Amino acid sequence: MKVSLKWVKDYVDISIAPKQLGEKLTMAGMEVKCIETIGLAWKELVVGEVVALIPHPNADRLKLPTVDLGTKQVTVVCGAPNVAVGQKVVFASTGAQLIDGHTGKAMTLKPAKIRGILSEGMVCSEKELGISDNHESIMVLPSEAPTGMPFAEYLGDTILDLDITPNRPDCLSVIGIAREIAALTDHGLRPPRISYEETEDSIDHLVSVSIVEPSLCPRYCASLITGVNVGPSPWWLQQRLRSYGMRPISNIVDVTNYVMLEYGQPLHAFDYQKLRGRKIIVRRAKRGETITSLDGIERVLAEDILVIADEEKPVAIAGIMGGLDTEVTDATDTILLESANFNQAVIRRGCRHLGLQSEASIRFDKNLSPELPQLPLQRATQLLVELAGGKAAKGALDAYPGKRAPEAILFSAEEVKRLSSLEIDVAKITIVLRSLGFECKESRLPSQISVLAPYWRSDVKCAADLVEEVVRIIGYEEIPAIRLSSSLPMREPTPLLSFKRRLSNILVSCGFQEVLTYSLTSLEKLRRLSPDLDVKVMPLKVANPLTKEQEYLRTNLRANILAALAGNQKHEENGIRLFEIGKVFLPQGKELPEEKDLLCALLSGPRHELSWHGDNKSLDFFDAKGVVESLLRQLDLSATFEVSNDESLLPGKGVDIIIKGDKVGVAGELHPKVMQAFELPGTAYLIEMDMEKLLEKTAKLKEYRAISRFPSLSRDICLVIDKQVTYQQVVGIIRSFPLVSEVTLFDFYTGKQLPDSMKSFAMRIVYQSYERTLTDEEVNKTQEQMLDRLRQELGATLRS
Amino acid sequence: MQMLKQLEGIRLQALDELNRISELRELESWRIRYLGKKSRLTQVLRSLATLPSEERRLVGSRANEIKLSLQANSAQRKEFLERSYLASFLERERLDVTLPGRAVSIGRLHPVTQTLEEICDIFKNMGFQIFEGPDVEWNYYNFEALNIPQEHPARDMFATLWIDPEMGDEARLLRTHTSPMQIRIMEERRPPIRAVVPGRSYRYEATDATHESMFYQVEGLAVDKGITLAELKGTLFDFCHCLFGQERRVRFRCDYFPFVEPGVEVAIECLACAGAGCRLCGNSGWIEILGAGMVHPEVLERGGIDPEIYTGFAFGLGVERIPMLRYGIDDIRLFYNNDTRFLGQF
Repeated sequence: MKVSLKWVKDYVDISIAPKQLGEKLTMAGMEVKCIETIGLAWKELVVGEVVALIPHPNADRLKLPTVDLGTKQVTVVCGAPNVAVGQKVVFASTGAQLIDGHTGKAMTLKPAKIRGILSEGMVCSEKELGISDNHESIMVLPSEAPTGMPFAEYLGDTILDLDITPNRPDCLSVIGIAREIAALTDHGLRPPRISYEETEDSIDHLVSVSIVEPSLCPRYCASLITGVNVGPSPWWLQQRLRSYGMRPISNIVDVTNYVMLEYGQPLHAFDYQKLRGRKIIVRRAKRGETITSLDGIERVLAEDILVIADEEKPVAIAGIMGGLDTEVTDATDTILLESANFNQAVIRRGCRHLGLQSEASIRFDKNLSPELPQLPLQRATQLLVELAGGKAAKGALDAYPGKRAPEAILFSAEEVKRLSSLEIDVAKITIVLRSLGFECKESRLPSQISVLAPYWRSDVKCAADLVEEVVRIIGYEEIPAIRLSSSLPMREPTPLLSFKRRLSNILVSCGFQEVLTYSLTSLEKLRRLSPDLDVKVMPLKVANPLTKEQEYLRTNLRANILAALAGNQKHEENGIRLFEIGKVFLPQGKELPEEKDLLCALLSGPRHELSWHGDNKSLDFFDAKGVVESLLRQLDLSATFEVSNDESLLPGKGVDIIIKGDKVGVAGELHPKVMQAFELPGTAYLIEMDMEKLLEKTAKLKEYRAISRFPSLSRDICLVIDKQVTYQQVVGIIRSFPLVSEVTLFDFYTGKQLPDSMKSFAMRIVYQSYERTLTDEEVNKTQEQMLDRLRQELGATLRS
Repeated sequence: MQMLKQLEGIRLQALDELNRISELRELESWRIRYLGKKSRLTQVLRSLATLPSEERRLVGSRANEIKLSLQANSAQRKEFLERSYLASFLERERLDVTLPGRAVSIGRLHPVTQTLEEICDIFKNMGFQIFEGPDVEWNYYNFEALNIPQEHPARDMFATLWIDPEMGDEARLLRTHTSPMQIRIMEERRPPIRAVVPGRSYRYEATDATHESMFYQVEGLAVDKGITLAELKGTLFDFCHCLFGQERRVRFRCDYFPFVEPGVEVAIECLACAGAGCRLCGNSGWIEILGAGMVHPEVLERGGIDPEIYTGFAFGLGVERIPMLRYGIDDIRLFYNNDTRFLGQF
């Protein structure tokens, strides 16, 4: 809300500088976003009166006005067609900072000879003053403008741009802000004085109002003004509308806007003669009913939209916009002026339905008080009588079915202390609340007061609201800063949270960069991983997505992290290792979805950075598996790996990670069709694990075993076996011997020196006992038994 | 005096050979040759008994002198050889130490995660516990229970992404803030409560340099007897000082959020201009960091806590804003573009 301080000063004295005032308002809840000073550059500019005018001797289109500046008279050259004797104008002397009317650039006025005549000064256009783009004519001030007054004083102003929170519709008005300033600076408020003459004709004979659903329109007030002259409104009024950023239209419309800005109550003027049946009916629109609104658009209405109708059809969309048919025109003679109160929710729904907002609806949407309409109606009637030469019919319509007695709030100094820690006595509280318009009365208990909120503060409903009022006027800076000293809550373990953090750190130490991808994704991206996705599990859809890219809640992390990999591959020459630990959303019918934490990691590109140390091989399956193994080792878990049938992985290069018989995830090379779908060249490897399952398998306490006091013995063996036999089978047999403490594969060979169907494993086996020193014989015997079993069960032989 | 002559011959020969030794291992055979049990010198010493006593004394003392001096010379030679060996070894082993080292691949946490951890750690130290809540929420928890009924004007503050409704569904949405967890936490616990909730939030908002449809928030809640705005101020001032330095000025002003009363905005002195006013702070000198306030009595009641007995405060802050301010990042979208050239800097 932009507000002119000059205007505010009509209602309250301001004794502090705009900057200080801005700070006070900001601290008290009305944030001043910006302070704009109009006329800061207006120097050497005064109000002058044209006292004589002669033609320029050497140019037909130029004139020589003589301008009285109060202290002296000056004759200058002027090219504007509208200059005339008797006008009040803005006169610029040499040195004035102006805007060049032709180039639009800033300039300093210098004496100039124009067609042989020296001109020391000029009469300015609005453009030259930076007020508007008008350069066709000079700016003509109202006749009451005092000759000789510096222009900066006459028209300069300070505009505060305030951020009004949704609970304070009363501050969407100049009086509302003046009221705040009055309370914050300890000044009294001077509301406008309202009085006008009425004719003998009572309004009741001329028009009637009926409200069909009082809950939607608690109050409807109207006045009738006859014999108006529609024309431009006076200059000062136009100026005030402009300070708010509103365009002047006609005296009638301008007055309704002016009073709306002044009081915060939207008003609407109907052309009375165009209302059929002299009736106002406030009702819901009928289905399919239409109205052409003031902006010229024909709108189809619905039953949840409230309209103002005459006997026949809607003439306005209540609280949102008037109708074109009953609009005030130059020919209008009699005006029905509406000042009503509408249900906040119905206006809000109406706006959403129509996709339409207006200055009126913005205010009604924030819950105005039904007590508000009367005063602004009188004020506007007065101004119409004064400015449009009309006559007000006697009385006013006032249908007020929604009147409710205000409810008193019991309040005490204890309540202020309880929420704010400030000790403020009841007397002070009363002063503060009264300054804001609250009524404070004694209650039965001496420590308590009974408080009635003023009608414009419908946001204040309970004691906590009153505490805020008191504290914000006293000042939030008065609140001391104290550390919490109350007792601590019982500690609740949050194992999953710490587990996620732990795993993130493990992956980071393995060289992975964490990414955070959107929770939303597109169906198309999810289908790239799984073409028949919708049949299996239809992801949750957003009803109002911002883009197609963010329409569905992800059911896996793969899609978005693959997209992140693709994005990075375009610029990254080195290997890329990415991971995300995040939620996927698995639908559960009408319930909230299951939100499951997954870990997803990708590896792609060269294993090492390009370097003189060599090894520029690409990352492969065993890098991915190695990460899984390291991660599990950190968690003291051991897994078995079984061939996976995950459809995103290459059939022979993917594994299910099984811990204690339960699948906790997968790892492997991504299927070329997935790579292609995400436009990824080369190969990439995926790791995916279910965090909760992994946590469940992870022992709460690590298993400790004392270091054996006895020496270990190690033996290297080299086995030749059929290619079909897996390493896991071999190790399974070796590890089944209790003396074996470690098995390490240190060479793997297939090639010319072996038959095509065979491979060899070179392994170091460490034997260790916790009870005794092992002898060579003992170890040799164990190893013989081991080799026997390997031969019998797997056909393995020792390589010679 | 032939013996003496003989001894002198041994001495000269030994010294001559010693000086020609260039390898440490030759030193041992030299020792055996000249100082060993079978060396000529030893033989001389052994044969002393056969000599007349006069001569025996003379030859004996000379032979011992020679033995000692040869031992000393040999030790000297050994030291010399060792030194020169080390010197040439070191020379051979000399590296171009300016060559780059063997790279260890480095991973990093996302800057938002780093900030979240930092924030949570500060509050943990103040006795707060960390909880998480669902991203997909009921309308009830996100709005109704937080004192924002349907058609409430404050709904404008929370442009919402709704889940596609099925007939008769209770409305579900992507939470617009982490505040629904205030209710969920209160529903399941009795005071004292001190909780912090990090998490994703979502808004129906076109993205640009300062707006994202997804962002992280941290919610805070403390409920107990005797909690006031002063404790809120103490807690949040401490927090801001931890995060932005002890010297930074912090401001507490009145603001409005439907689920707190009185409502508060916490701002810090602008990081770019230190309060003088600049583009970053919109010329105000202050930068808003947190929204906060005393938990609204109706919200306490919805959480099953008697507002006549207990009071509480709540706060919420946007996470991305903090690294943006610290590092001068001017586009919030960078956080979720996941470009390693951006992420790798933190």
